[in-house]
Amino acid sequence: MAIADVKEYTHLTEEEVEQLGRELDAIRADIEESRNSDDAAYIIRMIKLQRGLAAAGRVTLMAGTQSRRTRVPAAVLGGSLLGLAKILENMEIGHNVMHGQWDWMNDPEIHSSNWEWDTAQPAEQWKHSHNYVHHQFTNVLGHDNDVGYGILRMAREQKWHPYYLGQPVYNALLASLFQWGVALHDLDLERIRKGEKDPKEMKRQLRQILRKGRNQILKDYVVYPALSGRQWRTTLVTNASANLARNLWSYMIIFCGHFPDGAMHFTEEELEDETRAEWYLRQMLGSANFEGGRTLHVLSGSLGYQIEHHLFPDLPSNRYPEIAVKVRALCDKYDIPYTIGPLHRQYGQALRTIMKLSLPNHMTSSDDPAPPERRDTANEPPRDRKRRSDEERQPRRRELGAYARSRREREHD
Amino acid sequence: MTTIPWERVRRAGSKLTTPLHPDDYLSLLNPLWSSRELRGRIEKVVPETEDAATLVIRPGWGWHYEHRPGQYVGIGVQVEGRFQWRSYSVSSPPRRDGRTISITVRAMPEGLLSAHLVNGLEPGTIVRLAKPEGDFVMPDPPPERLLFLVGGSGITPVMAMLRTLDRRGTMPDVVLHYSSTTPERMIFRDELAALAEKHESFTFHQLHTDLDGMLDLQELDAVCDDWHGRETWACGPGPMLDAVTEHWESVDLEERLHVERFSLELGGEGGEGGTVTFRNSSKTVEADGATTILEAGEQAGVGMPYGCRMGICHTCTVTLVSGTLRDLRSGDEFGQPNEPVQTCVTAAVGDCTLDI
Repeated sequence: MAIADVKEYTHLTEEEVEQLGRELDAIRADIEESRNSDDAAYIIRMIKLQRGLAAAGRVTLMAGTQSRRTRVPAAVLGGSLLGLAKILENMEIGHNVMHGQWDWMNDPEIHSSNWEWDTAQPAEQWKHSHNYVHHQFTNVLGHDNDVGYGILRMAREQKWHPYYLGQPVYNALLASLFQWGVALHDLDLERIRKGEKDPKEMKRQLRQILRKGRNQILKDYVVYPALSGRQWRTTLVTNASANLARNLWSYMIIFCGHFPDGAMHFTEEELEDETRAEWYLRQMLGSANFEGGRTLHVLSGSLGYQIEHHLFPDLPSNRYPEIAVKVRALCDKYDIPYTIGPLHRQYGQALRTIMKLSLPNHMTSSDDPAPPERRDTANEPPRDRKRRSDEERQPRRRELGAYARSRREREHD
Repeated sequence: MTTIPWERVRRAGSKLTTPLHPDDYLSLLNPLWSSRELRGRIEKVVPETEDAATLVIRPGWGWHYEHRPGQYVGIGVQVEGRFQWRSYSVSSPPRRDGRTISITVRAMPEGLLSAHLVNGLEPGTIVRLAKPEGDFVMPDPPPERLLFLVGGSGITPVMAMLRTLDRRGTMPDVVLHYSSTTPERMIFRDELAALAEKHESFTFHQLHTDLDGMLDLQELDAVCDDWHGRETWACGPGPMLDAVTEHWESVDLEERLHVERFSLELGGEGGEGGTVTFRNSSKTVEADGATTILEAGEQAGVGMPYGCRMGICHTCTVTLVSGTLRDLRSGDEFGQPNEPVQTCVTAAVGDCTLDI
């Protein structure tokens, strides 16, 4: 549906939407002006912790498995440390650094332009498919490739096809091989199939993925097992488990961002006349948060604050909790839904949608919540929501972070 | 015995740490064990005067102790979470077997960072460093007769030259004229007096301008009657250097004069302005001919790197993809494709595109 048709939204006048945009801009300005040494200390501490965990995990695996007595506990402990390190690296550190959340520190070692993360997808391609495509066109069918990742049917508006009967299986495969799914994401298999992809660009991207993927595989499945000597098999299996754990965890967290009930999808007419304030509104209506303690939020890369993250993708993640208080107050003030629930419920709803939408629409019912009762606007005439011209369209959002080739990547070409 | 090249060990190690570098882990053990960025640790902060201090810095991996006497280095310090960069002359003499370098800093009334460096820096603090730069240097071998004209904290590059001459034990015929408001504010006063004592060929003139007024260059003969015949280095406040330059030009001796300025002087003409495009972020901004590319980028919300903001530290350098830029100091134009340009001192001449 286009945003103009969203019931929760049409009760707002154009002026009210713009006012909401100004209030969100003010929240951004507040945080930007108050970034300080505590924020810098947070990310530096997080990076040290993560690297410490990774080193401890690797060493435990190599040394601890050598004796028969300590083999099993060492594998369990080493694998857990390594899995934890990979989760922290991908979620709270890599994803957020690549959004440019820490660029303000003017520290070339913690900067979106040259950060490379511990997963198969090259950072440059991630910054394009995620920072730009997903964050700019969030939940717009046909534009945002993250709606079902080109594999799953996640919106009732998407046409059903018998292929989707296999959806529960595709979903399980996607979850367990998540890092490889993400690695191929920016290639855009659909466009390759239709022959729309520039072959030169495709070759370049494939080369990049092969190079990165080869190094990742060598590290976890050749070099470290080899260093474990006779216990190579234990290390290999444990490393695979750590990668699997990271895959399942990041898959689940990411599916809680836009697929629980209440997170809306939009059609491309919405993009045509969208102002900055309406872009904000689309982010709020299209995203879902989950509740949890500080540890859960850190392990989720602060994506439990998905709404806040989509409003302000480049503000430091450790500030999202305080931003959330203000955003929630704004939602109350403007009577806009703020989708939130416990992690298990949010994921449960996403999973239910996956199962239901494997079938044609007429066989299932929609779980989207009924729009809230409109309070005092019931008798008002419909608002004028005229189309604007090209010149009035939203410019590319500056806060999404750069996505073109980084210097480090160009050196390889 | 053959040694395995360290670089090869590190490259092999990177198979274990990919996508990170081994240095990213080693620097957890010791912050100086990384050559990804030049780093240093503050070993000592030695007060020189009430408002000046010498920072003794132990550089980390990747540092070559090969600065030439008189050069400056960039130092990046994290203030409120953000790295701020400034450049300061190295005051210690170059030693290949050295373990530390020294810079001497005076806290400026308006300079938040210089005040932080003088008063707020604890030993043990890790700072970033930028390679030595600058051509205000002592040639090797040194000329036979030299004159130094120094005002205030301009003594620091000169001190590195004097210490180098002293260390080699071959002090040529040197005259130093050093102006400072009061004796107390005179950095290195005792050391200079001791040098004058030690070397007969080194003459040290002190001028305390609060009491005796500024040096009148017309009376330079009284200080040093053969200044025409000396290779001269001048370092100090802008007005003093302007006067010195003018004086030397009036007798056609400017090629024997070396001057070091510590502030940006935009003497050249401006550009014409134009649309500046930042390629990686697709951001564009209209900039007039007086707006530097750095300022334009900041206005557009591009995370521009910067350091001294006066054209000396090169931290702000990015690659020009197309178009022409003009150096606001000299009026020189840069228009080669893929030319590295200093964004803090250049402005657009027509439309241009930068790789950031």
